[in-house]
Amino acid sequence: MTMNTKRRVFLKGSMAVGTVGVAVGAGLLTPQAVVAAWNEKAFQAKSVDDALNAVMGTASNSASASIKIKAPDIAENGAVVPVSISTDMAGVESIALLAEGNNTPLVATFMLGEGALPEVSTRIKMGKTSDVIAVVKSGGQLHSARKSVKVTIGGCGG
Amino acid sequence: MANSIKIRAKLKDDVVQVKCLMTHPMETGLRKDSKTGKLVPAHFINEVTATVGGKTVMSADWSGGISKNPYLSFDFKGAGKGDEVTIAWKDNQGGSDSASAKIG
Repeated sequence: MTMNTKRRVFLKGSMAVGTVGVAVGAGLLTPQAVVAAWNEKAFQAKSVDDALNAVMGTASNSASASIKIKAPDIAENGAVVPVSISTDMAGVESIALLAEGNNTPLVATFMLGEGALPEVSTRIKMGKTSDVIAVVKSGGQLHSARKSVKVTIGGCGG
Repeated sequence: MANSIKIRAKLKDDVVQVKCLMTHPMETGLRKDSKTGKLVPAHFINEVTATVGGKTVMSADWSGGISKNPYLSFDFKGAGKGDEVTIAWKDNQGGSDSASAKIG
């Protein structure tokens, strides 16, 4: 009888450890240090909310008029869509750039170091007409802005 | 992969504007080769870091959603003329490159 009880306790213990291990593996309890590495889960997320959850820790954000997105209204070639994001917010930690209509919406994240101004430009691919979303993390809060871009030729596999 | 990065860094007032172009195919892994009909394996830059005087001023994580031959520009404060900006990238197939330019 005593043997059996111990065995139960042992099994319980190992199962608990197993659950924590799985949670870490799934990115639910991602330690802060790991976030610095390329965030595979975020970049493979199929929806904007999943991607934001994975990369910023939360998907709740508030629309902000102080974020400016510069992108064409109509992009003739979805393979090359120039996008600029700038904001006059203070204390910006990072900026995420998403294309809502893409297979995997998260396109890029920018981590601002010491002295960097919250202003980045790049060129992205867009599979179809959709919104470009900029999410700015400042003071632990997420702020977002979006701009619709009409794509006449898709950039993904076209 | 030498010289895959072109950098221009300009000081205006006290803000340095860095513009750079990298040469890279940026394959998403979703595109099919038009001749063989097979998927072209994913091959894209996923990490970019910019350092000035040993300090990281900007680091970016990218997906294959960035256009081929990526362009990146950003601004920062706290460097002077003649300081070196170093930009380094790594891709998902283990490739990497870096280059530096003096702020002019």
